[in-house]
Amino acid sequence: MTDILILLAFLTNLKLLGSSRMYACLQATAAQGVLLAALPVVAEGGMADTRLMVTALASGLLKGALLPWLLLRAVRGADVRRELEPLVGYTLSLIAGAGMLAVSVWLAWRLPLPAGTPALLVPVAFFTLMVGLFVIIARRKAATQVLGYLAMENGIYAFGLALAHREPLVVELGILLDVFAAVFVMGITIHHINREFDSIDTGRLSALKD
Amino acid sequence: MLTALLIGIPLAGAALALAIRADGARRVLLIGAAAGHAALTGLVCARRPGPIAGGWLGAGDLECLFLAITSALFVAAAVYAVGYLRREGATTHADIEEGMLFRNAPEAVFTACLLLFLGAMTLTILSRHLGLLWVAMEATTLASAPLIFFHRHHRSLEATWKYLVVCSVGIALALLGNFFVVVAAEGAGPLAMTFPALTARAAALQPVWLKAAMALMVVGYGTKMGLAPLHTWLPDAHSESPSLVSALLSGALLNCAFLAILRMTGVCVAAGLGGFAREMLIALGLVSMGLAATFIIAQPDYKRLLAYSSVEHMGILSLGVGLGGVAAGGALFHAVNHSLVKAALFLAAGNLLAAYRTKQAAQTRGALRLAPWTGFVWIAGFLAITGAPPFGTFVSELTILRGAVEGGHVAVAAVYLLLLSVIFVAMAAQVLPMAWGEAPETAPGADGDSRPAEAASAILPSLALLAVALALGCWIPGWLAGTLRGAAQTVGGLWP
Repeated sequence: MTDILILLAFLTNLKLLGSSRMYACLQATAAQGVLLAALPVVAEGGMADTRLMVTALASGLLKGALLPWLLLRAVRGADVRRELEPLVGYTLSLIAGAGMLAVSVWLAWRLPLPAGTPALLVPVAFFTLMVGLFVIIARRKAATQVLGYLAMENGIYAFGLALAHREPLVVELGILLDVFAAVFVMGITIHHINREFDSIDTGRLSALKD
Repeated sequence: MLTALLIGIPLAGAALALAIRADGARRVLLIGAAAGHAALTGLVCARRPGPIAGGWLGAGDLECLFLAITSALFVAAAVYAVGYLRREGATTHADIEEGMLFRNAPEAVFTACLLLFLGAMTLTILSRHLGLLWVAMEATTLASAPLIFFHRHHRSLEATWKYLVVCSVGIALALLGNFFVVVAAEGAGPLAMTFPALTARAAALQPVWLKAAMALMVVGYGTKMGLAPLHTWLPDAHSESPSLVSALLSGALLNCAFLAILRMTGVCVAAGLGGFAREMLIALGLVSMGLAATFIIAQPDYKRLLAYSSVEHMGILSLGVGLGGVAAGGALFHAVNHSLVKAALFLAAGNLLAAYRTKQAAQTRGALRLAPWTGFVWIAGFLAITGAPPFGTFVSELTILRGAVEGGHVAVAAVYLLLLSVIFVAMAAQVLPMAWGEAPETAPGADGDSRPAEAASAILPSLALLAVALALGCWIPGWLAGTLRGAAQTVGGLWP
């Protein structure tokens, strides 16, 4: 059961890499967040303790509902149904994805993992992280870059899942709060970018250089 | 109790700042919160209350050193802010570079973010817990982003976006580093993720994971610290934000990230991985100095010039810690000196900007005649920042050099000296004509108030900061030497 969840989370990355439609990418990232939030609860067979339930619930609500809503609000009025001119094309992105997958598997295989870690979790975590970084670099719309940031955060969260029992609740909630605040502040900034430039294409942000 | 209050004062101040309607009262609140924070910092440094919250927060030598810098700088910035906000107000302004009209962010939001920023920095400094440190560090990014976007026009917007994305991504990598440390501690039995606990049990940590964690944290927090080639956000953010914000970013925020790297270096040294960590820090330090030198030569914009000088000095700090021994102690002392001087320079740059209405060094001439006090601070600050003798920077840069030579890194010492002298010459060529030279017949900003720059609140903070930097060059008080010694020991270094 956990393997299915991890595989689904893996597939959302391919969607994020290969889709030009903004809403599809948004859905993919949100689904990814929810899948990963549900993972530890499923792994425990639904008998998780309060601490685990609280983080899973908070994380799922945040990444599945609150953050997508914030982003949608931020881009309201901006014409962002499609990412028309990405810096790296979609076919090429998927090919790069294959490369990143290979690197993730190799990395996970090289590192001495603690016993009891689900075999698929760590490679998929690294892969998600790399896809997120790639999207930030390869896409020009500010909103898509925020999605990349979220995917990156999801990847790190997934890695943390393997060892979640070591992180205190306060810290975990603090991390979630920071992610929320980050997307909130980025959303406000996107709103201003849209008002200033009538577009949220970060290619327009090019006045400052040496 | 004292420690908790230290974080609580700025946060309460931020909430109040949003509630207060009258501008005057809010400015009084800003000064009051800054003074309260400074007084408490003094008390904490003197009394040294024990760790609280299960060892997650504590004020030892290392923390007190950075706390004192941050608090002192914030007082200076707050005093400057009163005059600045009175002048800037909420009216519409014409942009000095492109002439378009823009408004400023509401003053209440600006003040609240300033205080939140102080609170987040205080928490970053006091956190001894890996996770809490990360949370606080990301909070500093989020609290300061609205400060950079004070002038609401497209250039500051661009700087804010770059700052947010680059720093958030960088810090996310540091979070992965945090998790790696947790894995590294897997075999060490139950262990709190605090730096003192990790250092004590360092030998039981798995070296592969610890190395990977150190690399990720240097990349992550190094982004925030402005180490090249991860510094890309820094010149933009420093040049577009109000000068008092630049002063805080450069003098206080970069240090917070440096402190995080320092703490992690301490763990690596204790685990016997000092060599690995040090090579990385030396390399990054030299690259930062080299890159900064390249961009300082013929830099037309004087605020960007100061920003690149910050990259240079962060390189010096990284280099000093990398060299270890006496150089690490020198680096800690250099962090103090750099903060004092750079903040003074940025505040003076704000005065120049107000007087000349341009950031181009070539169009800024004769500051000594037009705005004598600012011109004086500009020259003295230039001498201090390049490490000229009577200032504290001279002592600290010399200590780092001594550490390099004593440690047998002669080649590193030679490159270090070469880069320092290149930067000295390059900065002199840009900065000195700004102070001397022939003042323009009618200064561009001279319609209205002929000398807007020379208000007491605009000059006294810079003068006070420089005076302290000068005093530190002549005499290091015993308590400071003791604090430096203790702080250097936590990262495996020495204070001569």
